[in-house]
Amino acid sequence: MTKSVLIEKIAEKVKDLNLTKKQTEVVIETVFESIKEALAKGDKVEVRGFGNFRLRHRKFRKARNPKTGEFVEVQPKKVPFFKVGKELREMINK
Amino acid sequence: MTKADLADTIFEKVGLSKKESMDILETLFDSMKAILSEGESIKIAGFGTFLVRKKKARKGRNPKTGAELQITPRKVITFKPSIQFKTAADKGL
Repeated sequence: MTKSVLIEKIAEKVKDLNLTKKQTEVVIETVFESIKEALAKGDKVEVRGFGNFRLRHRKFRKARNPKTGEFVEVQPKKVPFFKVGKELREMINK
Repeated sequence: MTKADLADTIFEKVGLSKKESMDILETLFDSMKAILSEGESIKIAGFGTFLVRKKKARKGRNPKTGAELQITPRKVITFKPSIQFKTAADKGL
């Protein structure tokens, strides 16, 4: 399932709102962009029943280039992390 | 940031009413939940992929009592952020 298929699905379900497909697309883009921006600012995003998005901090480490075997230093970094909500976690196993 | 804040952003950027913004958000997340429940992964270009992975049965231990037990096979969801998302998160956009 890709974003465009998801957009069509949502557009179909919210047809009572009389949105064009383009508007639905803008809404969905806005949602994912907002989540991205929030994390970029260091905020977290909580969506009840679905899950939470937050940053995880990775420490500095030494790693190896698997091709050359050379040691490289990996600088500390922040990575996006999604924790599945309880409701969704239980739903997928039913 | 919560769903209410996301609804506010839609209200500001797209011009739907607050009620409509909340409705469409609920629909979006409910649809995603339904799709994932069917075992299907969702790929959002520029954001990331929600993957449904199957875990086999394995032996585990109750960390409190130490009793051995069988962990049933189950499905789990993992999120793999896109490169754009990873860059944004690390560099602050």
